[in-house]
Amino acid sequence: MVLPGGAWLFVFFLVPILFLASVSLQTGNIFDGFRLTWHFRNYVDAVQLYHVQFLRSLRYASIATAVTIVVSYPLAYWIAFRGGRHKTTFLFLLLLPFFVSFVIRTLAWQFILADDGIVLGPLKRWHLLPQSFHVLATSTAVIAGIAYNFLPFMALPLYVSLERIDRSVVEAAQDLYANKLEVFRRVIFPLSIPGVFAGVLLTFVPAMGDYVNASILGGTKTTMIGNIIQLEYLTNFHYPIAAALSFILMAVLLLGIFVYARVLGTRSIEEYV
Amino acid sequence: MSNDQRPDFIDPALLRGLTQRRVSRRDVLKGMGAGAGAMGLTAFLAACGVSGTSKSSPPPSGSPSPDVLKKIYGNGTPAGQLNFANWEAYIDVNSKGKSPTLLQFTKETGIKVSYKTVINDNDPFLAKIIPVLQSGGDTGYDLMVITNGGPVERMIKLGFLTPLDHQYLPNFEANASDAVKNPSYDPGNKYSVAWQSGFTIIGYNSKAVKDKPTSFADLLNPKYKGKVGMFGNNQDLPCAALVYLGKDIQTSTPDDWKKAADVLMKQRNDGIPRSYYDQSYLQALENGDTIISQAWSGDLFIAAAPKSYGGDGFPEIKAAIPGEGGILWTDNQCIPLNAKHPVDAIKFMDFVYQPKIAAQLADFIWYVSPVPAAKDIVLNDIDDPLVAKSPLVFPSADDLAKSHKYKVFKDQAEEDEWNSIFQPIYTS
Repeated sequence: MVLPGGAWLFVFFLVPILFLASVSLQTGNIFDGFRLTWHFRNYVDAVQLYHVQFLRSLRYASIATAVTIVVSYPLAYWIAFRGGRHKTTFLFLLLLPFFVSFVIRTLAWQFILADDGIVLGPLKRWHLLPQSFHVLATSTAVIAGIAYNFLPFMALPLYVSLERIDRSVVEAAQDLYANKLEVFRRVIFPLSIPGVFAGVLLTFVPAMGDYVNASILGGTKTTMIGNIIQLEYLTNFHYPIAAALSFILMAVLLLGIFVYARVLGTRSIEEYV
Repeated sequence: MSNDQRPDFIDPALLRGLTQRRVSRRDVLKGMGAGAGAMGLTAFLAACGVSGTSKSSPPPSGSPSPDVLKKIYGNGTPAGQLNFANWEAYIDVNSKGKSPTLLQFTKETGIKVSYKTVINDNDPFLAKIIPVLQSGGDTGYDLMVITNGGPVERMIKLGFLTPLDHQYLPNFEANASDAVKNPSYDPGNKYSVAWQSGFTIIGYNSKAVKDKPTSFADLLNPKYKGKVGMFGNNQDLPCAALVYLGKDIQTSTPDDWKKAADVLMKQRNDGIPRSYYDQSYLQALENGDTIISQAWSGDLFIAAAPKSYGGDGFPEIKAAIPGEGGILWTDNQCIPLNAKHPVDAIKFMDFVYQPKIAAQLADFIWYVSPVPAAKDIVLNDIDDPLVAKSPLVFPSADDLAKSHKYKVFKDQAEEDEWNSIFQPIYTS
């Protein structure tokens, strides 16, 4: 049993990671090739050059993840507890937009939210908004785009954990004179924590590396670290810097996940009661 | 110049802006795999070096020898097949969606053409084919169109382009404009001949911008705060600022670059540009997200042309050539290394330099034609005076003399320095 899984991990995870690690320590250029020189300075350069974009990505991803929790919790809760026999239909409706390509969906928002587009245009004509008001090309637009694009990654694990809650536990709480708020606070929410945990991981990690939303919905000063890695690879051909950036990104995420898992992941229900 | 021109027929260019760059990890993953397990970690890491291209013969500084050319082109017999990679909306199209130029080429030469609009942007396209070429493979294309100011020079330097045998290019010798002959980025046209050129100028929405822009300075005007579009790349953005400061792009020094970057940084920090765009700038201009923008000349015609003619139907979008002169760039036809059908490719390269064919293309593409003699044919035979008289399709000698060209870098270090000065403007 270990062998196929191990071989899989080796070929598709370990080897690429080692390759990336090697590239991040190389020097050279695309014309003469790159050689491994253990140039740890690449990491220093990468951080010096791009810490602004790093921190910005961290901020955007955190806010976007928080937004997806706030939006999808009621959504998942409602489907799980009130969906009745149409649960599957509602879930399908939730997922329906996501059958369309990521990029096309984002471009659709660019069209809908254009300065004189179908939403803002009429509002400006009726003088409900100032002429200079705009949504696109702001950090709000980028964060909203990320939250929108990763919503199902939060909603689905939440739904699964809420759906799994034994209804008799809820009834027991009610029999013991817990009001609705207390049932939620002391029974349902703690039991849904694994869903929140999985949802945060599934949302935050890709959100941090996203570059599509920033390049389509963003403006000046909204560049994320994903855009920088892309630029360093494709335009500048600075493979080592790009690899170092990828590694730093991965390290930050792994460290974050580790801390997060220690804080949240091992808690049992007793700790919340 | 007149901007309310009515093109006969223009292919919609909507899709051009739709595709965004994607990170390709192919370069990194290239060559990994077999046998790595047996190596020690350090040995493995060292073996992961990304190979350069010096092993393939570096581009010769002189002309390629007749022997080399003979080996590539043989006795000049075409194979009967041409695989052509081009950009969207960059060839003529008839009412059936076919290109008359390609049909005629097939009819006259018997060479079948597989025409693919696979290039959305230089860098991602090159990122796809460079690893193939590095491993000694064939890209599957015999002819491709890539831009000067980095991409063409890089491919030449990497030794990834097939040298051209000028005995097969008589029409080019006879008819090419001086502007595209012997360009600084490819002296002697050893590896490339122009497809079309274009100007980076100013596009504006005449409903919102009442005074016709006259200079790149208009892009700095606080009056248009938040509604200005700038290009987020290493040529169009820096060159406009250098030209605005009155510097010669080619002889400018790093000090000039820093001054130009200061201008652009101030513009950014004052909130004047809305964003830094790629091809999507045109959509932003059409949507009203920007009202004045850096723009590529041919696109502005597509934007302004009525939908019934295949344009985008925004007559309020107009072109303005800044008084400092536009920035002229050239898209080039090149044969990638190891192409299967080089003879077919070079025959096509020359075919489009016949004035009649060039006229047919110019009347359609609306960028700067590399064949000045096509002007009379567009005027008299095709009877389209609006195109023939447009300074953006057939620029006068004066316009050309006033225009500026993309920076040609003398080496990688210079390019890196330039990039490190200008990139922070649009990436931070």
